[in-house]
Amino acid sequence: MAEIPENENAEPRRSGAAMTAPDVKAWFIHEVLPLEAALTSFLQHNWRNRADISDLRQDVYERVCEAAAKQIPDNTKAFVFRTARNLLINRVRREHVVPIEAVADLDTLGLALDAPGPDRSAMARDELRRLQAALDELPPRCREAVVLGRIEGLSGREIAARMGITEAGVSIHLDNGIRALVDAIYGAAEDGRRKS
Amino acid sequence: MTELARTESVGDIEAQAAAWVRRRHFWDWTAAEQSELDAWLDESISHRVAYWRMESGFARTEKLVALRAPIAEAPARRFPFLIGIAAAFVIAAVIGVAAMKAVQPPQDRLYTTRVGGHETIAFADGSKIELNTDTVLRTRMTTDQRMVWLDKGEAYFQVKHDAAHPFIVNIGSRRVTDLGTAFLVRRDEARMEVAVMQGRVRLDAAGYAPQTAMLTPGDVVTAAGETMSRARKSTSELVNELGWRRGVVVFDNMTLASAVEEFNRYNTQKIVVTDPAAARLAMVGTFPINDVAAFTDAVQDVFKLRVENRKSEIVISR
Repeated sequence: MAEIPENENAEPRRSGAAMTAPDVKAWFIHEVLPLEAALTSFLQHNWRNRADISDLRQDVYERVCEAAAKQIPDNTKAFVFRTARNLLINRVRREHVVPIEAVADLDTLGLALDAPGPDRSAMARDELRRLQAALDELPPRCREAVVLGRIEGLSGREIAARMGITEAGVSIHLDNGIRALVDAIYGAAEDGRRKS
Repeated sequence: MTELARTESVGDIEAQAAAWVRRRHFWDWTAAEQSELDAWLDESISHRVAYWRMESGFARTEKLVALRAPIAEAPARRFPFLIGIAAAFVIAAVIGVAAMKAVQPPQDRLYTTRVGGHETIAFADGSKIELNTDTVLRTRMTTDQRMVWLDKGEAYFQVKHDAAHPFIVNIGSRRVTDLGTAFLVRRDEARMEVAVMQGRVRLDAAGYAPQTAMLTPGDVVTAAGETMSRARKSTSELVNELGWRRGVVVFDNMTLASAVEEFNRYNTQKIVVTDPAAARLAMVGTFPINDVAAFTDAVQDVFKLRVENRKSEIVISR
């Protein structure tokens, strides 16, 4: 199962140059998001409060995108993890929650950087399995709405009619389903379960 | 490094991003909603990042379609033919004459248009297929499904959706299943294109790497050989592509070479551009499909090119 690539007619980028908004988006989607599973586990290793993980991850994403709009980093992976480490250090200083030495030490950073990059073909092979697992874990009505919409291809209105519930009810099920499936896509569902 | 000021919680932002993706994919999506989304994205980098993540992640959930029961091959029957007939009689006896249709053999029909031709086929269920120039299309309408094969050319489908009787268009090893729709399919020797104007279709491709995609209005998938790529086109671009339905070809900033290629589809007297620099000139204009003279006159007047009318072809040069 391969997905159909978006036609981006992207020109080869030169590192060091400024990026336009669509370039930042493409860079974020193709180079940063595949690191999400590794980034999440790096944050979990270095931050005690699980409830903060998705906030921290969002912070890292915002910072790297803002920086990339000014200058494309040479090495995306190193740049993302360095940003994560600096962010953790700042948080520790500000909140005085954990002793600085215990956090984001260079060893774990080095470890994260040495780990092989995401193997795209393995990710793709694995993706359907992860998606299916995430689908199976959804509450039954939510799962039903997602199956009707994403697999059977029904519209929101048709799902409401089929399930005998309101369109607002369908929206809630679909939104929850979308979030769970997207988490599964980026491989964070196994240990970075969201608080909701 | 300074802390970023974020006024909303990350959970809220993610929920809003998911809601945008849901509205876009499962409800009618209008230009007004697109500008509402654009405004929301412009508000902050937090919104953009969350939406990009949700949107691209959701696009990848498309492969869940693989879990759907496979589409049955057209002539495949669960029972040997005679048992099928016997079963059909039993059903007919139980539920009345409506089921008598089940024993009628499927009707295969062949439709063709010549170069410059344009035909509309109307079906009893209200569906319509419009054939463009130089097209070969076959249909097999049975009681379980509506099967179409586009062997060559281009056709515009307006389908009365009926989930119990899927409408399936076969283009070589690829098939398009209607999910309530108007869509365009074009096929020539080298490539095929599917463009969706309204509703949704599902595209399945067999082969070494089976692919499935759900297409919504504005989606255009092009395939050459084993590779497929997807792009989005605006409504006006799609309306231009459908100019032939009104008997015109529309060139909106197309190179002269592409415009000529497009024009040649409709006419037996072919146009040839010999000058490479001239071939790259940009064309804008709307021409009647069969009016070669109007096209060549415009080329002559606007670009000051030489047009030579030989019997078999028309040669454009400097």
